Amino acid sequence: MAAAASSALHAVGAVASAKPRSAAPAVARRRSVRVAAAAKGGPGSSGRGRLVTRSAVAAKADEAAAAAGSKSGGHELLMFEALREALIEEMNLDPTVCVMGEDVGHYGGSYKVTKGLAEMFGDLRVLDTPIAENSFTGMGVGAAMKGLRPVVEGMNMGFLLLAYNQISNNCGMLHYTSGGQFKIPIVIRGPGGVGRQLGAEHSQRLESYFQSIPGLQMVACSTPYNAKGLMKAAIRSENPVVLFEHVLLYNLKEKIPDEEYICCLEEAEMVRPGEHVTILTYSRMRYHVMQAAKTLVNKGYDPEVIDIRSLKPFDLHTIGNSIKKTHRVLIVEECMRTGGIGASLRSAIIDNFWDYLDAPIMCLSSQDVPTPYAATLEDATVVQPAQIVAAVEQICQ
Amino acid sequence: MAAAALLRRIPAARAPPTVFVAARSISDSTAALTIETSVPFTSHLVDPPSRDVTTTPAELVTFFRDMSLMRRMEIAADSLYKAKLIRGFCHLYDGQEAVAVGMEAAITRSDSIITAYRDHCIYLARGGDLVSAFSELMGREAGCSRGKGGSMHFYKKDANFYGGHGIVGAQVPLGCGLAFAQKYKKEDTATFALYGDGAANQGQLFEALNISALWKLPAILVCENNHYGMGTAEWRAAKSPAYYKRGDYVPGLKVDGMDVLAVKQACKFAKDHAVANGPIVLEMDTYRYHGHSMSDPGSTYRTRDEISGVRQERDPIERVRKLLLTRDLATAAELKDMEKEIRKQVDDAIAKAKESSMPDTSELFTNVYKKGFGVESFGPDRKELRASLP
Repeated sequence: MAAAASSALHAVGAVASAKPRSAAPAVARRRSVRVAAAAKGGPGSSGRGRLVTRSAVAAKADEAAAAAGSKSGGHELLMFEALREALIEEMNLDPTVCVMGEDVGHYGGSYKVTKGLAEMFGDLRVLDTPIAENSFTGMGVGAAMKGLRPVVEGMNMGFLLLAYNQISNNCGMLHYTSGGQFKIPIVIRGPGGVGRQLGAEHSQRLESYFQSIPGLQMVACSTPYNAKGLMKAAIRSENPVVLFEHVLLYNLKEKIPDEEYICCLEEAEMVRPGEHVTILTYSRMRYHVMQAAKTLVNKGYDPEVIDIRSLKPFDLHTIGNSIKKTHRVLIVEECMRTGGIGASLRSAIIDNFWDYLDAPIMCLSSQDVPTPYAATLEDATVVQPAQIVAAVEQICQ
Repeated sequence: MAAAALLRRIPAARAPPTVFVAARSISDSTAALTIETSVPFTSHLVDPPSRDVTTTPAELVTFFRDMSLMRRMEIAADSLYKAKLIRGFCHLYDGQEAVAVGMEAAITRSDSIITAYRDHCIYLARGGDLVSAFSELMGREAGCSRGKGGSMHFYKKDANFYGGHGIVGAQVPLGCGLAFAQKYKKEDTATFALYGDGAANQGQLFEALNISALWKLPAILVCENNHYGMGTAEWRAAKSPAYYKRGDYVPGLKVDGMDVLAVKQACKFAKDHAVANGPIVLEMDTYRYHGHSMSDPGSTYRTRDEISGVRQERDPIERVRKLLLTRDLATAAELKDMEKEIRKQVDDAIAKAKESSMPDTSELFTNVYKKGFGVESFGPDRKELRASLP
């Protein structure tokens, strides 16, 4: 199955090494898995800790850096392919993993994340649903109650608002209201965020809507490396996990290790260690931050950039260590200002690390408006690198 | 036999207590017995099953006992609610017992049942015990959901009872998901997803039915039509109150839900159909004596005459009592004794449940997440050691 998997990927154009994937045998669950650890101390201690600056979107990663931790050279692929690789690996390992969503099967997925899976695994494991988010999300929860591990795709995260009742009341709460009898190991994933003039209803950020639901875990991926790792961890987790992907990041290219690895669901990622200010960000805004970081470095600042990745719960361990070092915090997010992830994060930091702060926490978020269609207006809705530079300058005064 | 029948015509007060015609205990015979259902089945897109139901005297006695136990439990819950030992919402099932008992008789514990918030009796039918039920109602630790669910959230995983849901209609897609998992795992079992006449107008029901029909899932959608969605009568809520027909392309069967034998026959028929051909809709014509919940008197939208009329003419327990008596499978005194014993059983369970403690404050935070998921990572509160792969 593994060989078939790699040949399918070859056919789709991923640049893969000739070595067969996943050296460990599929049957035994005992296998060596490398976990991407966040930096616990200074720079360089994580598998990925080095200066990685990127320009806005669809940039090439520093190849040597990405493969640094990999023993066999790694292989380059795009983010949607990384997500697909994760799905294929997990579906091969565990027969209870199935995928359901609109056009995930024969069509191959509207963003090609599930391309080829229906041919590989059949119609019973890769299910094309009718356009009925409320019921197929509910069916995913019911199937999870009975022992399957469904991966439910919202073609656009915004459509999952139709399934909000199922996600909140059933998915999030059943483990609790049944006194622990039922677990819901479901993964709900899909692209969200502001794209290129997709219009208000297709540019939604649901992180803020789901964040208060008890019982859910939320993660946001931002690179092919963490996309694959988080997808695998989410599938293996016994808790319901919402995986937020971003429409504009699917074509990011990066070299990822050949060996199997997973990322910890609750850990933040140290993107760029620094001394002057802690910049907390996630998903697409990471790239705007890194672009601003280039300008900031030229101006003599040394920002520490952390991709928080885990939106619920927050990795206060990594974040706290950073704040204790820099004493200044800037949050850059794509959520709306009102009730967004930044608002909750700010509150959590104030509760836990008030004494370490030398300046008020700044939070740059999207404006509280429906995302307009016009290009200039859309750009003004989200946070741009220039604003990030100005904010850091203000904080570091 | 004739002498015994003669004796029974003497009013109990005058019957000499020491005269026994024959020392015979309540029938536990397993000899087959065929009884006709009260009314024939009405069907949509399928040939209905026969009106003749095969049963045994022992089974009829079990029906009587189980339904009486359920009835007694619900009435006791009513008193407990008025005594403020049960709080919040409490939806009682008395009048509808035949649906729970008949369904259980037709299926196995490997089949799945999921229902909405009127779930106390289905929990009992699935093997739940009285003490857990009353403890859960009173919010105690010994409850079936550790006191954290309440009246609307009874579950029993080992008996494939999936609850216990508060949001109207949301359990039907869950039920179709259960059916999907059954088909996926090739289990040859079916799922009964129960909902009410009020929930029958939810869009997600039709969505789930569409998917179930497309994927040929062994899902049986059972509409417990008690004719009122809280205070709204069915003719005011549904343009077409023929709920068994509303599956459109999905076959349906209308069943007298107050006749436990008809329910048993219909559920057996439905299970065989669903496992072979995909979804089917059952409409159980039933009635609830209480209001929608304990906060609803139940008399502002229907007359007391209607309620007492149904109680007199269609009560499910009385129907079985009549069957047992006319076929000489038990005496009135024996059935009365059984009811007394049941009453004591329920009272004992309540006493035991009252002694059970409230959940510890630490229970507030347990079961929000499932810990130790077997990958190398921290728990959600970051205080836990990294669990590692097995």
